[in-house]
Amino acid sequence: MKTIGQLSEALRLREVSSVELVQDALARIAVAQPRFNAFITVDADAALAAARDADAARARGEAGALTGIPIAHKDVLMTAGMRTTCGSRMLAEFVAPYDAHVVTRLRDAGTVLVGKTNMDEFAMGSSNESSYFGPARNPWNPAHIPGGSSGGSAAAIAAALVPGTTGTDTGGSIRQPAAMCGITGIKPTYGLCSRYGLVAFASSLDTPGVFARDALGCALLLDAMAGHDARDSTSLDRPPEDRSRALRESATAKPLAGLRIGLPREYFGDGVDAAVAGAIDTALGALRALGATTVDIGLPAVKHSVPVYYVIAPAEASSNLSRFDGVRYGHRAGHYTDLADMYCRSRAEGFGAEVKRRILVGTYVLSHGYYDAYYLKAQQVRRLIAQDFARAYRDCDVIVGPTAPTAAFPIGAKTDDPVQMYLNDIFTIAANLTGSPALSIPCGCTADGLPIGLQIQGNHFEEARILNVAHRFQQATDWHLRTPPGVESAVRKGGP
Amino acid sequence: MALTSDDVQRLARLARIEIDAGATRDVQAKLDAIFAMIDELLSIDTAGIVPMAHAQDLMLPLREDAVTETDRHALYQQGAPSVAGGLYLVPKVIE
Repeated sequence: MKTIGQLSEALRLREVSSVELVQDALARIAVAQPRFNAFITVDADAALAAARDADAARARGEAGALTGIPIAHKDVLMTAGMRTTCGSRMLAEFVAPYDAHVVTRLRDAGTVLVGKTNMDEFAMGSSNESSYFGPARNPWNPAHIPGGSSGGSAAAIAAALVPGTTGTDTGGSIRQPAAMCGITGIKPTYGLCSRYGLVAFASSLDTPGVFARDALGCALLLDAMAGHDARDSTSLDRPPEDRSRALRESATAKPLAGLRIGLPREYFGDGVDAAVAGAIDTALGALRALGATTVDIGLPAVKHSVPVYYVIAPAEASSNLSRFDGVRYGHRAGHYTDLADMYCRSRAEGFGAEVKRRILVGTYVLSHGYYDAYYLKAQQVRRLIAQDFARAYRDCDVIVGPTAPTAAFPIGAKTDDPVQMYLNDIFTIAANLTGSPALSIPCGCTADGLPIGLQIQGNHFEEARILNVAHRFQQATDWHLRTPPGVESAVRKGGP
Repeated sequence: MALTSDDVQRLARLARIEIDAGATRDVQAKLDAIFAMIDELLSIDTAGIVPMAHAQDLMLPLREDAVTETDRHALYQQGAPSVAGGLYLVPKVIE
């Protein structure tokens, strides 16, 4: 199991070519797809052509750190010439006329796109079970969910199919599957990566981000992906940053000396599984051994983050998804009586149950007589949550706790109870409401061998700091290097 | 707050999503459970709190008022369900 950093070095030393890496990835995907369903689309010919281009660029001396590295995009990011389904029947055959900005940037950095990964329909879900293309499965135990909504992107790395993938995170959709699959995933500050070409779910919360085995891989992908884009009015114009520089510096005995870790009381109470609590406690011991100190903090309003989210996100979704009308793109019903009936039937057939549910919730909270009671109220409580975090960061540099209250649950366990499913995001939603960066790294496993994730949150634009904390933890531990049973034997030697 | 089946059908009409009469009860039960969870917000004191619509307090950026888009309607219409002569076709609206 090689990391992006190791593969980058192997490519630089010409120990392996991009074509060989892509051939290996395609072989692994062919074996793993029936077991894990991590991909919706794979384009072998395009991937091999791009790999040949990457090898040619290297031969000309034009290679960067990511040139020739195979990756996959979450199927919510538009790719010209390769279908973008959003895990929905609505867009099952949709081929976008242009690339998302982050897709362009990662291609310009030399990465090779292998395919598009499975996801909850329109990124609405925490388990990948709402995908029209069937659930992706957890490589640590295929009877369990990989997390969601970016479940395929996380499963693809845990199953050693590709070394890096993109995801999007609206309420935890990168961090929660990273935790469930035992890999590293980061949601950066809102506005750092352009949303242009990201099929919109909740525009004030949607954030493109990345997955890799380790923090260094995430830093390399994020540096390539971040950047101003005038076509997204919320894209921030900031100077380029080298987020992997601090990670490449040699470790000292106490690399985290001076770091103040905030431990929110609200993240360590009832409702956290005992195995999760134990693993987080052990991880905190490791972070203290690296020189960090811990301080208790309070985030009293954070307990309201789930209801706030389930007003704001559906409200924005009901507006964003009104574009799917069976006229300009997407599914159109075969039989209808008039225009209104065509809309209603096309949307009834094109959307799955969870997407419809959220559109209905959003329609309600935005409707006459309820807007102030629900939507404005939720925006006010969102402010209270943001104020809690701003206060907390006066006393600490990063905030650490569990990514999710439990490890991955069995497929089907929560499909009939949407509220229980929503509560899975209790620790991740706040970072979307505040727009601040947060990541998840593996820090342990349950008695059943399912991974447990540690969430590290930072203040706005502190990606380099939280990545460095993750990196130093990963230098001292080996959770991020562990692979699911059977994964190594299912693949060929020498690849990612 | 508990919804009635009429509420569910009204929401479905507003959202332009057909919901079979047979499915209304299940949709209603799940929406009720979601609103029971959301309703905890109603008791929070938010007097004087400015609503937060967005993670960044930014002004909408302005640009020169210049034509920047080219005509790509043929490309954009490639994925449309029904097109003729550069127009999207829909059921007749005016008799």
